[in-house]
Amino acid sequence: MSASDPAGLESSPHLVSSLRWGRIGGQFLRTVVSVSVTILGLLVLTFFIGRLLPLDPVLAILGDDASQEAYDRMVQKLGLEKPLWEQFLNYVWNSLQFDFGTSLTSGRPVIEDILRVFPATLELATLAMILGTGLGIPLGVLAAANRDTWVDQFVRVVSLIGYSAPIFWLGLLGLTVFYAGLGWVGAPGRIGIVYQYDLEVRTGLYLIDSAISGHWDIFADVFSRIVLPASILAYGAMAYISRMTRSFMLEQLSQEYIIAARAKGASRSSVIWWHAFPNIAVQLVTVVALSYAFLLEGAVLTETVFAWPGFGRYLTTALLRADMNAVLGCTMLVGLIFITLNLLSDVFYRMFDPRTR
Amino acid sequence: MDAPATPARESLRDWLQAPTANSPRQARAQVVWRGWLRLISNRAALAGLVVLALLVALAAVGPWLTPYSALGQDLGTRLQPPSALHWLGTDDLGRDILTRILHGARITLMMALLVAAIAGPVGLAVGATAGYLGGWFDIVSMRLVDIFLSFPSLILALAFVAALGPGIENAVIAISLSAWPPIARLARAEALTVRKSDYIAAARLQGASSMRLILKHVMPICLPSVVVRVTLNMAGIILTAAGLGFLGLGAQPPSPEWGAMLASGRQFMLTSWWLAATPGAAIMLVSLSFNLLGDGLRDVLDPRND
Repeated sequence: MSASDPAGLESSPHLVSSLRWGRIGGQFLRTVVSVSVTILGLLVLTFFIGRLLPLDPVLAILGDDASQEAYDRMVQKLGLEKPLWEQFLNYVWNSLQFDFGTSLTSGRPVIEDILRVFPATLELATLAMILGTGLGIPLGVLAAANRDTWVDQFVRVVSLIGYSAPIFWLGLLGLTVFYAGLGWVGAPGRIGIVYQYDLEVRTGLYLIDSAISGHWDIFADVFSRIVLPASILAYGAMAYISRMTRSFMLEQLSQEYIIAARAKGASRSSVIWWHAFPNIAVQLVTVVALSYAFLLEGAVLTETVFAWPGFGRYLTTALLRADMNAVLGCTMLVGLIFITLNLLSDVFYRMFDPRTR
Repeated sequence: MDAPATPARESLRDWLQAPTANSPRQARAQVVWRGWLRLISNRAALAGLVVLALLVALAAVGPWLTPYSALGQDLGTRLQPPSALHWLGTDDLGRDILTRILHGARITLMMALLVAAIAGPVGLAVGATAGYLGGWFDIVSMRLVDIFLSFPSLILALAFVAALGPGIENAVIAISLSAWPPIARLARAEALTVRKSDYIAAARLQGASSMRLILKHVMPICLPSVVVRVTLNMAGIILTAAGLGFLGLGAQPPSPEWGAMLASGRQFMLTSWWLAATPGAAIMLVSLSFNLLGDGLRDVLDPRND
């Protein structure tokens, strides 16, 4: 700081930044409150769903011919004799510690089960996300840049089919054609039985695990199995991302600064990628975050088709066996992931898009 | 349609295309007419509309179109590939697949209509009321919407079905519960834009109650966008219903619901592909038609396209 500077100029940046921090602090507080309310609502909703159950939860655990004494003991253990509000408080308290109770089918705590199966889904969804974003964004930009030409129509048809086709059907067709027919991809399941015990599991993501331990034969097996389910999941994400990219891009391309840039002699591709695209990049982050969350939904159906031992299959198995603790634990978790992704994209948006300030 | 209000010699078309409208009714009819012309000039929307109309017709008369029964088994003709006798082949119990798909169309359309009939009005009423009234009702209902929207719809429907038990009725309830929130949010946004307008103030000054204002003045404004949204959502509703059926949580076998048919045909996929391929294609066709129609409706009702 130089002494010759007028005092006003020196202090003003501080003033501005402290005002800005104050506003960000206020936003932060508001976000925290709103997220807590949503999470509380999530808990109310799942608690309510749990009480809808026409089955007697005690008999579901003990079996139909339990003695009265055992029955009473279980009622006490589960806290079912307490008033509803106390049960709810207990439920909230336990859920906040990620204690979703014990799974009826596996006999283990639900959270342990979920943590065990989750990496399989994470690996599948992440690969699908990379594929879907990598294809969807360029396709959307291409369609917008060539509006109303055959390129645009082609992208439109491809994404419409992605929107409309049932993902489990695409999975079955894919298996029939690419696995049974052409033999291009591996069998359903995550890893071959011969390799199952050779792989040293560190991250739980088999592609990474096999790569860092240098087992390239395992890597090839795992890759040949994951590529089809991931592509099919990616197709749905790509349809959504390309469509949103196209409409964001069309909006930018109709702005005056684009015409100005063109008039100054910037080439078409430089206008598209250097002028227009940076302006939609932040919006796209929100879209990508949302479609990542929706991949979880797709995973439920895809994992059933591909015998993928992940979160989705755990949830459907629990559903079919009326294992409510597991179902509600999974539902809570999906809700939390959804909220987190939304929150992250929101924060990202505020940080990188000056228009929101 | 009613007889035209103008002299009877004039054709309906002239009445609809008259440069100046002579009555409010004629003006409204002309708006609808112009929208209709715009909709059918959109080839994609027209295709969607035609396919859906055909499908409704087929679902209505389907059972009389084929000589077979949807449920009757004939083990002598099991797993036959498509042929002149069985256009789409037969399944593992010898049932004609085309017949079952035609019967299944009824189930699918009925489920989609029921969900639309529950979620549409509920979403519209909640959203319009929240947007118009504001205050605590707005805060509470929109918070509720946020909570419901923090799940992907299939996951929420799955949780409800798990609690209610499998079956078509419960699937409809579960899907409706997950389908109303986005509609409510949309209706609220529309209601917010009109709550301060002069005509609402005028009606209020004349002594109209909040109830009357919402029902007669706010909800009709929200209606077009809600209709488009519901049409676009129909595709998703059908996919969710089929997904529930596929997972064994919606319609139960031997019901010819498409998702359930696909699930039971799955084990024969490698040898008799038509068992699972055809119901899946039917699901895709319907959902594609709704997407095309919804896109077209949105273009027609979006004033920015004028």
